Amino acid sequence: MARIGVVTFPGSLDDRDAARAVRLAGGEAVNLFHADESLQDVDAVVLPGGFSYGDYLRAGAISRFAPIMERVVDAARGGMPVLGICNGFQVLTEVHLLPGSMIKNEHLHFICRDQVLRVENADTAWSSDFEQGQEITIPLKNQDGQYVADERTLDALEAEDRVAFRYVGSNPNGSRRDIAGVTNERGNVVGLMPHPEHAVEPGFGPDSILNGRRGTDGLGFFTSAISRLVATG
Amino acid sequence: MPTIVVHVMPKPEILDPQGKAVGNALPRLGYEGFAAVRQGKRFELTVDGDVTEEMLGKAREAAETMLSNPVIEDVVAVEVAD
Repeated sequence: MARIGVVTFPGSLDDRDAARAVRLAGGEAVNLFHADESLQDVDAVVLPGGFSYGDYLRAGAISRFAPIMERVVDAARGGMPVLGICNGFQVLTEVHLLPGSMIKNEHLHFICRDQVLRVENADTAWSSDFEQGQEITIPLKNQDGQYVADERTLDALEAEDRVAFRYVGSNPNGSRRDIAGVTNERGNVVGLMPHPEHAVEPGFGPDSILNGRRGTDGLGFFTSAISRLVATG
Repeated sequence: MPTIVVHVMPKPEILDPQGKAVGNALPRLGYEGFAAVRQGKRFELTVDGDVTEEMLGKAREAAETMLSNPVIEDVVAVEVAD
């Protein structure tokens, strides 16, 4: 069974939901702690949402120096699938596994809503169970969610198909080019601001067209990584 | 105690939502005439003993690697406080 580690930093909020998402997707969730020096032989890692270290300095800025992050960076460079959700995405940019950064939402409001995304790259470790161009709905909830990078970086991301997910409809936070999530060159590291782990179980997810709170589009992130891990043994 | 002060500002080309909100609030309180506000950060690093060139060097390195994020911010000054 694929073993997926979920890192808990001081101030992480969504680590339990992420672990639950891993289990619902058919994997084994392994709790990892920010002060750990070992990844406990996991096959993939999720950096969950929350406010690690209180978002002091900058969101994700202090977490990137946590002992476990050195292991995560090494593993990511070796090709291990790593998913950063919200605060986890911020950590991945601070540690330079992904380009760009997040600043405060353009309108300065904390935003919490169901958000439609378009899968722009269905070839990453965390999106291969989706169709290219598929529209999915998962919750979005953050204050520092405005994705920014210089024009050259943005052009390169577009040219290399490294925009993994894009906001559909109104841009919720002023993110450049409606970018909701990006991937690294190899496609094993993915970060996004919205929360797939909150849309994995009927009854607790976003509203769908047919039924209230029944959306489970987030499950595809986790099944993507698990099916790839199982296939590669 | 001797102190090294590090000033960090959002890059000019990056929108500064906080500064903009402050700038919008000023005229409402009667403070007219300010065309724009940008909000940055000031760090005070207190040093045990004298501020040597070595300590200043360490402060500059910390400013670039941790106190600021070069994607969105510039270190605009690292100086010894009077």
